[in-house]
Amino acid sequence: MAGVTALAMPCAASAAGFLEPAGPVAAAQLSHFGTISALMLIVIVPMFVALPLVLLRYRRGGKGTYRPDWEFNWGLELLIWGIPVALVAALGTALWNHTLKNDPYRPLGPAPLVVEVIALDWKFLFLYPEQGVATLDLLVLPKDRPVTLKLTSGTVMQSFIVPRLAGQIYAMAGMQTQLNLIADATGDFTGRNTQYNGLGFATQSFTTRVVSAEDFASWVTGAKAQPAGLDAAGYKALLPPSVVNEPVIYGRFTPGLFDQIIASFAPGMAGGHQGHEAPAGTGTPAAAAPAAAHQHDAHTPEAAQ
Amino acid sequence: MSLSERLHPGINLAGTDPESHEAAEEVLFGFWIFLMSDLVLFAVLFATYAAMSVQGIAEGPRPAEVFDLTAAFLETLLLLFSSFAFGFAMLEMKYRENRRGVLGWLLVTGLLGAGFVGMELHDYYVMVTAHGATPQTSGFLSAYYLLTGTHALHVSSGLVWMAVMAVQVVVFGLSPAVKLRLMRLALFWHMLDVVWIGIFTFVYLYGVVS
Amino acid sequence: MNWELIFGQIKWTSFVFAGMIENPSLSEAIASGAGSIAVLGALGTVVLLTVKGWWVPLWRDWLTSVDHKKVGIMYIVLALVMFARAVIEAALMRAQQLAATDGGGFLSADHFGQLFSTHGTIMIFFVAMPFITGLMNYVMPLQIGARDVSFPLLNAISLMLTMAGAVLIMVSLVVGQFSTGGWSAYPPFTGIEFSPGEGVDYWIWAVSLGSIGSTLTGLNFAVTIYKKRCPGMSLFRMPLFTWTTLCTSILMIFAMAPLTAATIMLALDRYAGFHFFTNGDGGNMMNYANLFWLFGHPEVYILILPAFGVWSEVVATYSSKRIYGYTSLVYATMCIAVLSFAVWLHHFFTMGQSANVNAIFGIATMIIGVPTGVKVYDWLLTMVGGRIRLTTAMLFHINFLLTFILGGMTGVLLANPGIDFQVHNTLFLVAHFHNMIIPGVLFGMFAAVQFWFPKAFGFRLHEGLGRASFWCFAPGFLLAFFPLYWLGMMGATRRTFTWSNPDYLPWFALAMLGAALILAGFAFMVMQIVVSVRRRAELAAPLGDPWDGRALEWSIPSPPPAWNFAVLPQVTARDAFYEAKKDGTAYRSPAAYEDIEVPRNTATAPLIGLFACAWAFGLVWHIWWLVIVSFVLIWAVVIARSFATHTEEIVPAATVKAANEAFLAAVRATPGVTRDQEMTAANRGRAIPESLEASAGALAAGAAVEVTR
Repeated sequence: MAGVTALAMPCAASAAGFLEPAGPVAAAQLSHFGTISALMLIVIVPMFVALPLVLLRYRRGGKGTYRPDWEFNWGLELLIWGIPVALVAALGTALWNHTLKNDPYRPLGPAPLVVEVIALDWKFLFLYPEQGVATLDLLVLPKDRPVTLKLTSGTVMQSFIVPRLAGQIYAMAGMQTQLNLIADATGDFTGRNTQYNGLGFATQSFTTRVVSAEDFASWVTGAKAQPAGLDAAGYKALLPPSVVNEPVIYGRFTPGLFDQIIASFAPGMAGGHQGHEAPAGTGTPAAAAPAAAHQHDAHTPEAAQ
Repeated sequence: MSLSERLHPGINLAGTDPESHEAAEEVLFGFWIFLMSDLVLFAVLFATYAAMSVQGIAEGPRPAEVFDLTAAFLETLLLLFSSFAFGFAMLEMKYRENRRGVLGWLLVTGLLGAGFVGMELHDYYVMVTAHGATPQTSGFLSAYYLLTGTHALHVSSGLVWMAVMAVQVVVFGLSPAVKLRLMRLALFWHMLDVVWIGIFTFVYLYGVVS
Repeated sequence: MNWELIFGQIKWTSFVFAGMIENPSLSEAIASGAGSIAVLGALGTVVLLTVKGWWVPLWRDWLTSVDHKKVGIMYIVLALVMFARAVIEAALMRAQQLAATDGGGFLSADHFGQLFSTHGTIMIFFVAMPFITGLMNYVMPLQIGARDVSFPLLNAISLMLTMAGAVLIMVSLVVGQFSTGGWSAYPPFTGIEFSPGEGVDYWIWAVSLGSIGSTLTGLNFAVTIYKKRCPGMSLFRMPLFTWTTLCTSILMIFAMAPLTAATIMLALDRYAGFHFFTNGDGGNMMNYANLFWLFGHPEVYILILPAFGVWSEVVATYSSKRIYGYTSLVYATMCIAVLSFAVWLHHFFTMGQSANVNAIFGIATMIIGVPTGVKVYDWLLTMVGGRIRLTTAMLFHINFLLTFILGGMTGVLLANPGIDFQVHNTLFLVAHFHNMIIPGVLFGMFAAVQFWFPKAFGFRLHEGLGRASFWCFAPGFLLAFFPLYWLGMMGATRRTFTWSNPDYLPWFALAMLGAALILAGFAFMVMQIVVSVRRRAELAAPLGDPWDGRALEWSIPSPPPAWNFAVLPQVTARDAFYEAKKDGTAYRSPAAYEDIEVPRNTATAPLIGLFACAWAFGLVWHIWWLVIVSFVLIWAVVIARSFATHTEEIVPAATVKAANEAFLAAVRATPGVTRDQEMTAANRGRAIPESLEASAGALAAGAAVEVTR
């Protein structure tokens, strides 16, 4: 009951959640949440209505007729199987459509801004290959431009989320996952890792700053002017677990760093989507599980081959 | 059910009462279920191997580089013949109630089984010394050693069981309890054949071909 | 002197008290306190047993027993002891999260990590599993009219292996640290590179022991149900609890193996440098996720199905009516069991597989909602046309129907990959699975205790205190977990020991209040048991049928004799005992008695458990001599046992006859009670069937049922 009433309550306290979406992906997730909840009421409401009535009527001493041997009725049987089946058909259709349409791997428009995300203990490193700048625990995005995040991990598995923009996806060492999103409001949104990874987990969050296209361009210019750069040695220095208090901006980084990080765990695998020449490469790196087998390359958590 | 229907086809408990037959049915059915759960374990190990032998090579050798098909074939023969020998032991038990015959065939079975384990250990030795293919080398080799090692451990524990059963045949004779245990050991032993056929086909043959 | 050869990696700093001495803080004090409670509890038990002279009866009548009823009771006692620990841990975590806004709180991050890991591991493997296993042990053979399970010794070994695992987790309170990897222990975090030390090893071996125990239990129960049903008990005459036991057993046989495989691979990674789940060198942690949830999802149904069985028995009995849609319920249970193997991927929609795969598994997950929904409405319809008594167990059932269906709704929400992307790994997920497991499984087990306690011990539980515990548990659960849904939607992640968002505070305060109520409910439950034991004379119901029961277990004395049934019953219908009462054929003296073979007690199982525990402890601390010695001893015990010939003893027909005729005479001499007197001292366990109440005059006067026919 509380869950139902909670849904109807004002969203004053939801600053960090997807209840106040700041992009079409999160907005679609929220509206899907509403659709499914509403459909589910079809089986929930009857129980909440009928159970008190039944208890009242058939309690010992109540008015109901006592029929101790009554155990079956075809009409009711059709109803209690039929309604859930029909409902699941409806829910399933909604699920299928939403899942395919909002596949996190599906680009949301032409010319997306590509950001490479490397999950570390207990911070996130962001590389902007196009702009040639990098940041630590600060993700700056232009408003209204599609964004493609490519994720990997330099350590244990983590789960990356900026709830007001889009849902989460795992980042795993030696593999690449992808998340596409668009921000349609400016502001600072919290992003974080949701997968426990040790002592600093609780504070592993970062600011996602969505700014206008012009502000983004000037931010890039400013970032490029930063004296600090990030090379392989600098990356290595980031590996020991630590919590970052102030975001760091690097004016430049070694090109191809992202692929090198993946390759350091999966040698045959440099080059992200290009695949590789390994003889056994069947292009099904996720064959570890039949279920994880993917249909096409774009969906590959590109495992070590 | 009539008495003849209750008779377990693989066993001869003649001369005992009907309750023993019913009890036998229950015990053997239980053992079949156990074998099934054991096979689930092997299925999981096979699935793991299937994944790791493709994507877990890392910088280590590939299957074709480390497997010796001749040795694997000889091992297959040893294991199949040991099962064959066990079959004779069971026939001696069922039709002749012949203690010596049972013991003799058990000995043959055990020797062939021990030969199998010995050859497999030798395989491991060659892989490690000649190819540097230790289980620590790559995910593929980890999965290979776990799958074949689990099978080898099963065979080895089967050998210990066989030794215990040989002693029991001597001590108790071919009593209904001993017969039932021999029957279960036989089922266990044949299951290990089946698993090995899977390993030979799937790991060795397929590994060398691909 | 090489101490490491003897003590492995144990150092004096490994003991929990060392942390308190070296680095005093509230968090360490709590850890030391917990360690002290474990040590003092163990010492206290030893002293009590010695003072009261209970060692011999404990060993002779309980630990060495292979009687399914005693094994079942020991399982449930184990579950309750472990529940006490894990629920206190939960309350500690709640308090920490309430106090933790902006770095406050009293627990260190590491201590918090151990708490959520032990809480989850214990609640699943050493509370829920032993609880359902104990219950199935006690009830199922009685319901199918059997004298014991198919393999009584194997049953005792399962218990002792589970107990060994539980002891190992308790030892981790005192010696060393536990894992911080959560109950699912995802690598590579739990690999040796990121979690050196003994913590994960404790998890691995405790869980492995429990897992092997459960595999053997599943095998044993499945064979029992297939082969040991009494004459006439066809599959479709079995009580529904037995049906759910069968489904759960089948799930155990298939689902535990992937867990065992996963823990063994993780152990090989950690101990021997293998590369199953490591970063690099060909390891792949995605394989772990698949293996773990290939076990983990069926596990959910392993837990819930027996509870469904309990609900079916409870609702039919306290409505004094046949279950509605028996066949439907059986098929629904089977559907659930089969489908449970086809949905494991929904635990990691976020791992980057294609949208099609996610969608298929999402829909498969929703499909499970169909048979589950059918079951819920079957229970509702069972009440229609009944005469419902709102006993404690029935209150739990009503609460279950209402809250479980809401949990089902959030489950369907989570089955949508798009929604899961947002609320995965948040408190929304935590709220969801607690919503299924607490009102479903845990309260189901509590209801089962209320229901079958008089059968096991011969006296009823105090009804007033039972209701008091219900009225704490039910609102306590709502308060403790429904705020978590909301918190999860606001973005609060699970396993988080400190917060920076002040908006969370009021919701955590509500949740804390709920946790306090749950603790109060548990206190009432303990009090209920203590008070009932004290007043057992007035609550006594030795005649076996205090609730106007329906299945065979109510037709025999409470507590039942070692051989359960003096003569194996002959069944001709569902609800066999209820029909017999109605027809007046209950409580008839059999034509003849026969000798009964019962298994002798044996030290085999407790010895195997002891050595298994030592073996696992040796592995955790790398004490190799202990590992080798205890491993050899385990198998020495097994082999030695195979040479034992006098494993059974005969109960002479005369003994059986004397006991049974005395019971029947007592039944005939006692007036039956109507349901109005159910909770009064008049209820000695002889019931007047509700449907015969109109003509109950003669019965109440004490005439034997068969005479009135």
